[in-house]
Amino acid sequence: MTPLAVSIVGALASFTLVLVVLELVRSRRLRERYALLWLLTGLTLTALSAWRNGLNTIAGWVGVRGYPPAVLFAVGILFILAVLLHYSTVISRLSDQNVVLAQRLALLEEQLVERATSER
Amino acid sequence: MSDTIVDASRAATLPGLAELRRVAIVPALNEEHAVAAVVAELRAFDPGMDIVVVDDGSVDRTSAVATASGARVLRLPFNLGIGGAVQTGFRYAYEHGYDLAVRLDGDGQHDARQLGIVIEPVLRGEADIVVGSRFAATGQGYRSSRTRRIGIRLLAWVVSRIVGQRVTDTTSGFQALNREGIALFARDYPHDYPEVEATVMVFRHRLRLREVPVSMRERAGGRSSITALRSIYYMVKVLLAIFVGLFRRNVVPQEDSS
Repeated sequence: MTPLAVSIVGALASFTLVLVVLELVRSRRLRERYALLWLLTGLTLTALSAWRNGLNTIAGWVGVRGYPPAVLFAVGILFILAVLLHYSTVISRLSDQNVVLAQRLALLEEQLVERATSER
Repeated sequence: MSDTIVDASRAATLPGLAELRRVAIVPALNEEHAVAAVVAELRAFDPGMDIVVVDDGSVDRTSAVATASGARVLRLPFNLGIGGAVQTGFRYAYEHGYDLAVRLDGDGQHDARQLGIVIEPVLRGEADIVVGSRFAATGQGYRSSRTRRIGIRLLAWVVSRIVGQRVTDTTSGFQALNREGIALFARDYPHDYPEVEATVMVFRHRLRLREVPVSMRERAGGRSSITALRSIYYMVKVLLAIFVGLFRRNVVPQEDSS
């Protein structure tokens, strides 16, 4: 059985995450697009922490004997991996776009210089 | 609803339009087969209207076709999504001092001959932003997938409750805006699937939004950028954006100080 203190601390911590994410979106420091995965993480962990019987049942399914909160850690780590992987794809896209921007800028600059010299 | 029936297929019948500096904003993504017709229809409707095609990173000949048809083309270096593309057009309209902007999609689903209906309330000073709605009239004349329709209805219901005015079509990109509307959207415009959030934003900034009934055509070319799974993702995202947006302080820079 999960210790009560673990459930309470787990639920509070995960729910704080949800509130922080919502506040970041509200103050426009985090875009909705990137907030969704974090919200899913926070809500899932909150649910798993607060729903004590459920956590025990799921622990039984996946063969965790003795210490059900280990499932919390496992789920948390999985979500963190998902967020990190998502960010890797985002960073890749950003660097591709950055290359395109720099190239377009160089071409524009060349056109401007060309025009300025031909007008002289 | 407009109470007079204007022959709206020609801009010349709209009093006061000729004195305004006006621009049409046409976002286009891979619409090489449709965009020339859209530009031609706009020109037929109102030869005095400037036309700006915003090419949202197309991989086909959209830019070349649009340029050849005589439109000004803003070619984005990569795909920004419809929100970023449309806002590029609003920024252009704002910085070049246009009094009136209309927006219609580059795929040809919006009929430029109906622009008069959309422009009229703005000309009369009755609204800052006018949206052509597929559902404002009888709810007929528009067919799309079941999930899409349910989504559109649900969003319309949520938005109507929030803004306290009946809004039937929150996903329509067929719009006319006056200078205040242009200024608002040039400053702040949502991403991805922007019309829903934009509708709420308009009310939060105390601008007047009006819906008028229009009919829309089947897409003339290209493919809709929205698939079933993405619809669900967008739905969740948009609802999150709307609800979080309600807790934002109102950001009205100029008017509020008075």
